[in-house]
Order: sequence, then C-alpha cells, then structure tokens
Amino acid sequence: MKKAIKAAFPHTIPILLGYLSIGIPFGLLLENAGYNALWAFFMSLVIFSGSMQYLAVGMMATGLGLVEVAMMSFLVNVRYMFYGLSFIERFSKMGWKKYYMIFALTDETYSLLCSVKAPKGVDEDKFILCIAALNHSYWIVGSIIGALAGSLITFNSAGMDFAMTALFLVIFLDQWRDYPTHIPALLGIAATLLALFIFGGENLALPAMLFILILLFIGRTPIQKRLVFQPLQDEKETIQMEQEVS
Amino acid sequence: MSISPGYAFLMVVVMSVVIMGQRATPFFLFTKGTPKAIDYIGQALPPAVMAMLIIYCLKNVSLTSFPFGLPEFLSIAFVGIVHLWKHNNLISILGGTILYMFLIQVVFS
Repeated sequence: MKKAIKAAFPHTIPILLGYLSIGIPFGLLLENAGYNALWAFFMSLVIFSGSMQYLAVGMMATGLGLVEVAMMSFLVNVRYMFYGLSFIERFSKMGWKKYYMIFALTDETYSLLCSVKAPKGVDEDKFILCIAALNHSYWIVGSIIGALAGSLITFNSAGMDFAMTALFLVIFLDQWRDYPTHIPALLGIAATLLALFIFGGENLALPAMLFILILLFIGRTPIQKRLVFQPLQDEKETIQMEQEVS
Repeated sequence: MSISPGYAFLMVVVMSVVIMGQRATPFFLFTKGTPKAIDYIGQALPPAVMAMLIIYCLKNVSLTSFPFGLPEFLSIAFVGIVHLWKHNNLISILGGTILYMFLIQVVFS
C-alpha cells in the first residue's frame, strides 16, 4: 500500500492545490453560517462534492424541506450518473474497494482515472484507490482548515483554483494525442458551448451532459468505427505469431 | 444556526444519499455485463467530459469587461504550449497556476 501511495501522490498534487483552494473557502462559509469544523468534516466525508456543499451552506443557513434538498442535490449533480459508465468493467473486479471508488468518483477523480496508469510493480487497484482516497483527504482537510482558521489565512490564494482548469486541459490534450478519433472531444466542445448559449453558465452541467450523450449517440456509427485503439503490444505479438503459424 | 442540528444532520444525509445514488447508478443498471451501446458511451465519453469541464471552469469569465479573459487566455496558452513541449503534467499545471495567480493578483489587479 505504501508503494501505491507513493506512486499515486504526484498525480494528485494538482488536485491538492485545487481542493485546498475551494475547500478552505467552503469551511469558512460554513463556519460563518453557524456550523463548526465537525460539520465541515462530516459533510466533506459523506457528500464529497464541491458544488453541492457550497449550495448546502445556503440551504443549511435558512432551512429547506427535505424533498427540495433531494431535488436540488439531484439536479446539481446529474453528471455523476454518467461518470461510472467509463469504469463499470474496471471497478467490477475490485471487491470492497469498488464501493469506495464509486462513492469517490468526483470530476477530478474521474479525470485522473481517465488518464493515469499504475507504474510497473504497483498494484493497479491499490493505485487508483489511493488516488481517490488522497483526493478525498485533501477535500476533508481543506474544509476543516477553512472552518477552523479560514479567517486567519492572509496568503492571497486568489486564482489557485486554476489548477483544476489546467488539470482538465492537460488531460484533454493527452486524450487528443492518444485517442484514435477527435470526434468525441469536438462534440464535447460543441455540446457545452451550445448549452452555455441556450441556458447560460449557472445551469450548464445538466444540458451540456445531455447534449453530449445525444450527439455521441447520433454519431455512434462513424465514431465507433474510428474508436479502435491500437492493440496492446502483446496482443500484436499474438496476432503475428498466429499469422506465422498459419 | 436557525434550524436544529438534528434537521441539519438530516439535510446532509439526504444530500449524501442522493449523490451516492447518482454515482452508483450505472453500476446498479448494468450488473450483468454492459450492453454494447453503453461500452461505446463509456469509451467515447472521457474526451467530451474533459471539454465540458474546461468550459465549465471558464463559464464566469467575461469577454466584454476588463480584463477581457486575458489572464485565462494567456494561462491556458501557457499550459498548452508547455504541455506539448515538456509532456509533464506537474510542470504544465503548476506553471500555469502560478502564472494565472500572478496575472490576476499583480498584472490585471
């Protein structure tokens, strides 16, 4: 496990920066709304969603019916319902770890899991578990710091959350290089811009996600034809050997 | 705190359960092997989602008022160029973040 943590940590440094810079203000807001660090810890432990927890501060300050709370949570986070689609196979063989991986599938963890591979000699399951758990711990620690000492911090951290934008951009570029087709990436841009123009920035995520799915289904035939990844090295060798035998 | 701690606790539990349910939905739906269409979506989705998340992060940038999205544009260009040149995630991300912080705190403040 130690080896897995060591291998996972460097990949999570951008998330450390990003989660601290949005976790600390969250804790501070929560404290100002009358909830102490224990609440910050509890919420970050069991919710683990930035956009949801910021919204929760307002709801918990004024109170709101539980049905409304459930509806708000659902609408804010619809995109989470689709992230798992990319990992059904991968998580299915992980035993108990699977349940934690599913719970911890945030935007940032999803992005990292799409782009990283365990180095040689490190167990893949433990590696991705460490990535998820490290990210989760940054989020918890950030919100506790914010609640305990947010008002004492004088370091000007404005703009530190750009680490998240940069992370998504870097992964986007890597996928642009590695994917056999650029159509899904281009559809993602088109769908999100369309949603932005029609619905504005405040309610962007839900329509953008739906547009992406619709466009991906419309373009399924041409995309799927191009979405054949180069066979892995040993598969290639097997194919060659088969050809030599015949 | 104008509402009781017990009720606030319930609110947190409701949020947690809804979000856990959302994250777990695909795993409930496809317990016995995944249909081909879902395999396809799972494969094609990541680049589209990255594009969505980038735009999502930039949604509040105003192009019509000072500083006209310049800090974002310059930092993104920096990250892109450094990444294509060095292929090192940490250098690109940390460098871009430091540049962005410098731009909004000092240059365009």
